Parts: sequence; structure tokens; C-alpha cells
Amino acid sequence: MTSNSLWQIALYVIVLVALAKPLGLYMAKIYEDEPVGLNRLLAPLETLIYRLSGVNPQQEMRWTDYAIALLIFNLLGALAVFGLQSVQASLPFNPQNLPNVSPDSAFNTAASFATNTNWQGYGGEVTMSYLTQMLGLTVQNFVSAAAGMATLIALIRGFTRRKADIIGNFWVDMTRSTLYILMPLSLVLALVLVGQGVVQTFSPYQNVPLLESVSYEQAKLGADGVALQDAGGKPVMETVEVKEQVVAVGPAASQVAIKQLGTNGGGFFNVNSAHPLENPTPLSNFLEMLSILLIPAALCYTFGMMVGDTRQGWAILAAMTLILVALIFVTVPAEQSGNPAFTALSVDQVASEGQSGGNMEGKETRFGITNSALWAVATTAASNGSVNAMHDSFTPIGGLIPMWLMQLGEVVFGGVGSGLYGMIMFAIVAVFVSGLMIGRTPEYLGKKIEAYEMKMAAVTILIPPLMVLGGTALAVMVDVGKSSVFNPGAHGFSEVLYALSSAGNNNGSAFGGLSANTPFYNSLLGAAMLFSRYWLAVPVLAIAGSLAAKKIVPVGPGTLPTHTPLFVALLIGTVLMVGALTFVPALALGPVVEHLQMLGVGPAK
Amino acid sequence: MVKHLKPAVMLFVILTVLTGVVYPALVTGLAQLLFPGQANGSLIVAENGKTSGSGLIGQPFSSPGHFWGRPSATGPFPYNAGASSGSNLGPTNPALVDAVKARVEALKAADPDNKLPVPVDLITASGSGLDPHISPAAAAYQIPRIAKARKIAPAKLSDLVQAHTEGRQWGLFGEPRVNVLSLNLALDAMR
Repeated sequence: MTSNSLWQIALYVIVLVALAKPLGLYMAKIYEDEPVGLNRLLAPLETLIYRLSGVNPQQEMRWTDYAIALLIFNLLGALAVFGLQSVQASLPFNPQNLPNVSPDSAFNTAASFATNTNWQGYGGEVTMSYLTQMLGLTVQNFVSAAAGMATLIALIRGFTRRKADIIGNFWVDMTRSTLYILMPLSLVLALVLVGQGVVQTFSPYQNVPLLESVSYEQAKLGADGVALQDAGGKPVMETVEVKEQVVAVGPAASQVAIKQLGTNGGGFFNVNSAHPLENPTPLSNFLEMLSILLIPAALCYTFGMMVGDTRQGWAILAAMTLILVALIFVTVPAEQSGNPAFTALSVDQVASEGQSGGNMEGKETRFGITNSALWAVATTAASNGSVNAMHDSFTPIGGLIPMWLMQLGEVVFGGVGSGLYGMIMFAIVAVFVSGLMIGRTPEYLGKKIEAYEMKMAAVTILIPPLMVLGGTALAVMVDVGKSSVFNPGAHGFSEVLYALSSAGNNNGSAFGGLSANTPFYNSLLGAAMLFSRYWLAVPVLAIAGSLAAKKIVPVGPGTLPTHTPLFVALLIGTVLMVGALTFVPALALGPVVEHLQMLGVGPAK
Repeated sequence: MVKHLKPAVMLFVILTVLTGVVYPALVTGLAQLLFPGQANGSLIVAENGKTSGSGLIGQPFSSPGHFWGRPSATGPFPYNAGASSGSNLGPTNPALVDAVKARVEALKAADPDNKLPVPVDLITASGSGLDPHISPAAAAYQIPRIAKARKIAPAKLSDLVQAHTEGRQWGLFGEPRVNVLSLNLALDAMR
């Protein structure tokens, strides 16, 4: 690794951790309804929203009501996205006259955006009208993120309340998350991104001349639209000369900002943040990459503030950051080492002042190896799933790390809200395991962890692996699953495993070679996304309700402190052990085999 | 259940208007006011009003007298800016090795005297298929071919590449790079 590479990585981690405290403090004040300027300014709007919706902000909910409100709200969102795609051809703001989306693809996208996964079976610029992008997808980018944050805040209240049966008002938590946190941050980021060159316009796609024309061959169609054949039965080809480039544009910046900040990840264009009009410069790349982990990191501090002991938040942030940094230093060197199959071909893959070198297939020149590999780790540590390079073309080890980060359950930063509530589930398991070791009733943050909490935490930890491994097994057993595979050999298995890991943990990134826009994958992945989101969120709220009802146990000599380096190590150990034991066999069949093939015998025969 | 329906529907409608109408409209308005060039695709417009491409979107080049960009995997023709795409070829896919071999051979055929190894970005497809840049090494590699085709001194071309090389942003971020379209436009203007 070059020294510049180390500096770029160091700066990224330092800025991220430095921003956790100020933003975390701000969010804690928002959720605890303390004045912080912006909520004073927008308070009349907030009050108006509650009045129009018939919400009494003082009236809090039991956990069951909170969960029902969450589910109804998400169902409405999914229906709206499905509906918009199904009729977009007849609606305005569709300058390219894009047709309606097929029902299976529309279902997949609706499930994907409502669950904060933002898996994309479609290519943005050739599928979605501007109206669908804004009124359907951008809206879900905001509210699915807000729903994750609301669920987390409800869980935190479970820890702080004693003998209570209410854990907050879902509508209030949703509104505050959107109005005071997500919208202001997105507005600022969107404008900075436009300044760097991200497009933001309602104009149709732009036609520009090419300096050199280019030609290609295509099958000639007869007057009836059927491909013509010559006497020998071969298709008749015609040469098409292209003298103009059609540059896809649109209201991209507004969506890109929230897709990064809300750990959504669904790109405006097909290639997501590899597209020069979605991520034009190294600076836009740094800001987009920072936004991936910004809110998940800051929420750790918010958590510490709200439970009255910021050390608790720092401990969890430390565990997340340590895993992140360790895996960055696996992925970047793996990509920098390049492709051994090219060395015999008179190709220079060594990093120098003149080039980044390394495995550049599927990567952009302006980002090079460091920023492509760093982004891949950040986007899969968070359940963001946006990409600035094609993960399918990564080296086997460079692709293994993103896959494994998703399989860890999206708890290393994870989704906004959902990452931290997932990590708190692991913390509950960690105190339980250590409680067994020292022979004490486990406690976390003053609440006794008993059979009910353990059962619910176990459910949240076991559902995603079930979706990932069960779904992968199903997909590789049936022909409709196998026929979508693009790359041969072990890499083909990795494509399927990656897709299910992504959907089953609400990430959304892909090994893009897999043709996933088929009825089979649209249904399978859509179902995996729904189960993994709601079968986790509901048990988490159940724990919140159960904890809120308990009294607070004073700290005693037998209490295991949960802010020490020892606990950080225990928490990391729990996450990695569960992740490793569950997924090593599957990873061995995909990237590990491919890595050995690449080193041993060159390309797979 | 039913008591939650009204707040759910109303809040959904209100948040849809705020985040799906007001927010993108506000960003568009401010963007068009503050950064009109960037917001509309960073088009390169000459003084006579003629557009010659976008400064952020690459174009296909294959004539010996122009600098060539990264290989592009978009269909049905390279650098189709209406349908971005990478190749998605895996590192051990024989098709990738074959493609790279063919690209190396094409570069060697266009300049048989150049025995240097080819910089990797010049023979691997970019992530977007629209990458406007190549590395400075990839530009330097092509100078002898262009010098011969255009009968220009290589030193003059080196200066031109140098002038079109962007360093790391703020001296730190990203990688050094050369915008191929603006380099070729400047090259054509030299005549």
C-alpha cells in the first residue's frame, strides 16, 4: 500500500469518528425534544403535521401499537412505490417515455425500498421516470431510514424507563427523524454534490455530438419488426453509425444525498456511484462515502447520551470501528495486488505516481484502488449497498470481505437505526454468554436480561442466516436460479451467495453479473428482504416493551461493566464467532475456492 | 389497528409531499441558480455555442491520432451514456483474460515499436462504462503512437498531457488523472 493510500484511509476514519459526537449529541436532543435551533425554526411545521394527521404527540404507545404503526406505514410506502411504477407511462415527469414496470420487478423494488435495502434489479436511467424516482423512491429513501431510527430510539427508551408500558410515539419519532435530521443533512449534501458535478434537472436526456463516430452491427428488422434471415437462415446484419451520445440526466443529486445518508444505496443510474454524473470527483466520493457511515456512527453517541452514560456508546462505536479498520486492511491490499492472470500479458499493474495499478476491471480512474476498496468495505459494513466500482469484478478476497460484512448481520455500523439495534442484540447475547461464564444473572444497562429477551435476540440473529443460506441453497438447486449466473465456476456460486447475503441483510449491493431481474429472483429476494427487515424489527420492539416494564437494577460488585476494552473484545468476538461459524462453509465454496484457483492454476479451466 | 390508519395515511401523504416534491424541487431550484453548468451535465460549450460533449462523460476513441480512453462495456456500443454498465466479468473468467489479451494486442498493433508494458487501466473496462479519465501513465504510453500519426514532436505531446493532468483533489483525495475528451479536443485544436 502507498503512503497516500494510508493517508486517505486514516483521514476517512478520523473524520467519521470526529463527527460522531456533535451529530450524535444533536440527534439525542432532537429525540428528547430539547431546543436546538432548527427544531425551534421548524416547530410550527411539526405541529401542523401532527394536527393534519390527527396525532397527539404527547400520547405514547405500547410496543405492540408501535410495531403495528411501523408495519402499516411501511405497507403504505410499498404500495405507493408499486403503484407508481405500474402506471408511470401515463403520469407526467417522464420525458423519456419509459414504459410501466413489470409486476414482479415492481414488487421487488417496492419491497426493496420500503425495507431500506434498495437492491436494484433494474437500471435506473432505462427504467424509472423522474416522477417515480422522486415521488416513489426518494420518499422511501427518507422514510425507511426514519423508520429504522425510530425503532432504535424505541429500544433505547426500553433501557431508560422503569416499570413503564410505553416506549414512545412512532409518528413523532418518524416526523422528527425526517424533518430535523435527514432532510437538512440531505439538502446540504445535495447542493455540495451539484457543485462537484452531480446533475439535478427536470430536462430530458441531453444529445451531444461525438468527436469520433462509432459503429456497431445489429440484426436487421423487416417491416413487420421481425429479424430478417438470409437464404441460409442466418440473420441479416446491418451497420449502425452513432454520431451522437445521449447523456442521461435527471434529478439525481437530491436522491443521491439521501441514498448515502439514509444507508439506502439505490442509485439514480444503473452503475450507482460509479457513474460520473452521480459521483464526479474524488471530493464528491469522499463526502458520499463519509455519508454512508455518518449517521450510524453518530447514533452510537446518541445511544450513550440517552442511556445516561456516553461510555456505553463509545464502546459500541469502538467495536464497530475496529472491525471496519481491520477489514479495510484486507480489502485494499487484495485489490491492489491485481490479477495474476494479466502478468503474462505485458500489463503493468504496479502502483506508481502515474497510475493506481491493481485490479482496475470495473473501477473508475478517478477513484483508483484505494477509494474503490474503501467504499466497498464501508457500503457493506453499513447496510448501504451503493457502489462506486463493480464488486463482481473484485478479486476473490476483495469480494469475500464485503460479502462477509453483510453476513455478519449488518451490525458493523449497519443501517441507520437498524445497525445499532442489531448490535445491541449482539451485546445482549454477549452479556448473556459472559453471565454464564461468571455464574451471574446477565444485566445490560441496568436491566436484567432474561429468557424472553434472549429468545427474541436469538430470533433476530438467526433470521438473516436462514434467509441467506436457505435462499442460496434453493437458488443453486433450481434451473431458474442457475440460469441467471453470469461468470463460470466458483465465482458463479459467489454471485448467488452475494445476492442472498445482500437481500437477506437489507444491504442492496450486488455482484451485478447475476441477471436478477427475473420473476424467480425478484420474488425470492423480495421475500428475503421483507422477512429480514420486519422479523427483526418486531422482536426488537418486543424487547423494548419487555425492558421498559422492568425495574432498574443498581450496579453491584457482580455487574459486568459494558464500557471496558474487555467488553469491546467480547462484543467483537460474539459478532465474529456467529458470523464465521455460520458462513465459513458457504464462503469456502465461493471466494475461497476461486482465490486458490487464481493463485494456483491461473484462470479456471 | 384502525385507529392507526388515519395517522398513517395522512403522515405518509404529508411526508411524501415534503420529501418527494418540496425537497427535490428546492434542490433543483437552488442547483439551477447556483450551479447551472454542473446541474445540467457539465456540457462543454464552445464560444460559438456549439456543444462538444460532456466534461464528465467519456467518449469512444479508436483512431491512431487520438488518445484512447478506458475500454467500455456499455451496449450496444461503447460509451453509451444512456445506459451505463460495467462488464461484471469476474477475475478468473477466461472471457476477461481473452478481452484483455485482445486489447493489449490492439494497442501493440497500433504502435509496434512500443515494447513497454501497458498500464492496467488502459486495458480494463471501467465501472460505469463512461469513465472520462485515464491515468497519466496510460496517456504517456500512447504518446509515441500519436506523435507518429500526427507528426508532432513527442515532447510537445508530453507538455499537452501534463497540462491536462489533474492531480489528487486538494493534493490528497482520489488519483491523478487525464480527461481524454478535453485532451483530444486540445489536440485537434493544435492543428
